[in-house]
Amino acid sequence: MNQFLVFVKKEWLHIWRDRRTLFILIWMPVVQILLYGFALTNEVKNSRIAIFDQSRDLSTQAISEKLAASRYFNLIKNVYSYKEIEATFRQGKIRLAVVFPNNFRNDLLHTNHAQIQLIADASDPNTANTLTNYASSIINDYQQSLTQNEELPYTIKTQVRMLYNPELKGAYNFVPGVMALVLMLVCAMMTSISIVREKEIGTMEVILVSPLKPFRIIIAKTIPYLIVSLLNIATILLLSVFVLDVPIVGSLLLLIGESILFTVTALSLGILISNTAKTQQTAQFTSMMSLFLPTLLFSGFLFPVENMPIPLQVISNIVPAKWYYIIVKSVMIKGLGFSAIWKETLILVGMTAVLLGISIKNFKIRLS
Amino acid sequence: MVQNNEVITAKELTKKFGAFTAVDKISFEVQKGEIFGFLGANGAGKTTAMRMLCGLSLPSSGEATVAGYDVYKENELIKKNIGYMSQKFSLYEDLTIKENIRFYAGIYGLTDEKIKEKTELLVKELHLEGEEKTLVRALPLGWKQKLAFSIAIVHDPAIVFLDEPTGGVDPVTRREFWTLIYEAAERGITIFVTTHYMDEAEYCNRVSIMVDGRIDALDSPANLMKTYSAASMDEVFLQLARKASRSE
Repeated sequence: MNQFLVFVKKEWLHIWRDRRTLFILIWMPVVQILLYGFALTNEVKNSRIAIFDQSRDLSTQAISEKLAASRYFNLIKNVYSYKEIEATFRQGKIRLAVVFPNNFRNDLLHTNHAQIQLIADASDPNTANTLTNYASSIINDYQQSLTQNEELPYTIKTQVRMLYNPELKGAYNFVPGVMALVLMLVCAMMTSISIVREKEIGTMEVILVSPLKPFRIIIAKTIPYLIVSLLNIATILLLSVFVLDVPIVGSLLLLIGESILFTVTALSLGILISNTAKTQQTAQFTSMMSLFLPTLLFSGFLFPVENMPIPLQVISNIVPAKWYYIIVKSVMIKGLGFSAIWKETLILVGMTAVLLGISIKNFKIRLS
Repeated sequence: MVQNNEVITAKELTKKFGAFTAVDKISFEVQKGEIFGFLGANGAGKTTAMRMLCGLSLPSSGEATVAGYDVYKENELIKKNIGYMSQKFSLYEDLTIKENIRFYAGIYGLTDEKIKEKTELLVKELHLEGEEKTLVRALPLGWKQKLAFSIAIVHDPAIVFLDEPTGGVDPVTRREFWTLIYEAAERGITIFVTTHYMDEAEYCNRVSIMVDGRIDALDSPANLMKTYSAASMDEVFLQLARKASRSE
């Protein structure tokens, strides 16, 4: 047992002596969370718009005020011709233009045929869609406020409830994603590099000749990164709750437990990669390509998996991060208990068992 | 469990990788306290043979015992009683001298007191007093080599295996290194060293020369030079190696 601890201590020394890498490992999740939280966001806020008001009556002004007051829009100028609208779009100054025709209020009150034109910059189609939707709903609001005293035939009132994330914060989506990414990176990539480094510098041979059992060697190599990962998880959760206002609705214990499970999965992947890589660079590259990239693409946090073609959806099933992402969302955002995620947990456990089995077996075979 | 003073025995030891026979029925014995040179060109099978003796790979056929223990069945016991120094010196550059000693001594199960004792001894022998906290990275190559060797025998094993221990080192430093080896042999540690430097062969008690996976010569350097009418081990080797069909 003592020999094992000596090994673990040595691993710690390695990590500790490489201050730069350690720094990156500890601060990376912080930077990611802050970046996603405050700088990069796919939420649409303060989009610049222009209004071309040909009527300038009570109604158009009321609607214009509502639009300008909305936090989604930032009215930067009033324009006075279609040509001006075109020019402003081309200069990239606005994302949306709202055009009111002549006699708007008149048409609205007397002919039931009032129209408003929304022109959007669809070079980013998703944003264009979102903006026209926002604008339409604000206009609809105005219309409702006009008719609230009258009973119109055939009105359907749609009531929208945004479950789990009523403010539609992007953070709810990417915090679980960042957790998966960071754990994968720290555990898998760093562990595999650490093991391969021993092979590269020639110390692995000596260790293998020693009485220390191969199984213990591997475990000793993974323990420091396990601890760093736990630290990372704690950091991410603290940041989420106190800086991004993303609460942990479900059981913290369950969340931590599942995270530890995923950590072990990532560690076993790291060991598997280290078996095949001969140099640290290969280990790093293989980790990036086969772990980091699939996690980014197939876990579901950047692109919804359900939108992918079926073959890719099938592939996404073997990416462990996909299941972890579901688990974290369920527990942290939706507040569900173990009964809701037992299936995903079982899948992760299965994957881990298989991976560990293969990598340890491979490790032993390489000796002979 | 050393019988007849033989610390290593090998009988028709063979290692095959598929259709390729790396080590072809080699047989030899090494006596306690001997400095045994295991020579041969690159690709002759030296490293493969040594790996079998160290317990790093299982033989395909044949028998062997190391420190009296069978390589097939008593692998764990062998490991406890041997030391090993790899070609690349097997030291951690980002750890200090003291930490390296502590690590290797620790994985061989030495107690904390013993480790402390050994550290002081080692440091004194190598004239590295005051440098315990220096990172190995900062040591010159010759010092690293000597340190690696001392660490390889820190647990006083019966045998120490040295895999090309003097690669990349100048001849003067090599001589100093061999002094260390002599001292260890005098203490009763058997030295099993592979090398492709033929001049080092003359430092050994006996040498074996491997060609194409077989042992083509096994005797003391003096006898070999007489047998092959050669003025140096280099010549002996050339005569034997000319017949070789394998090279790296």
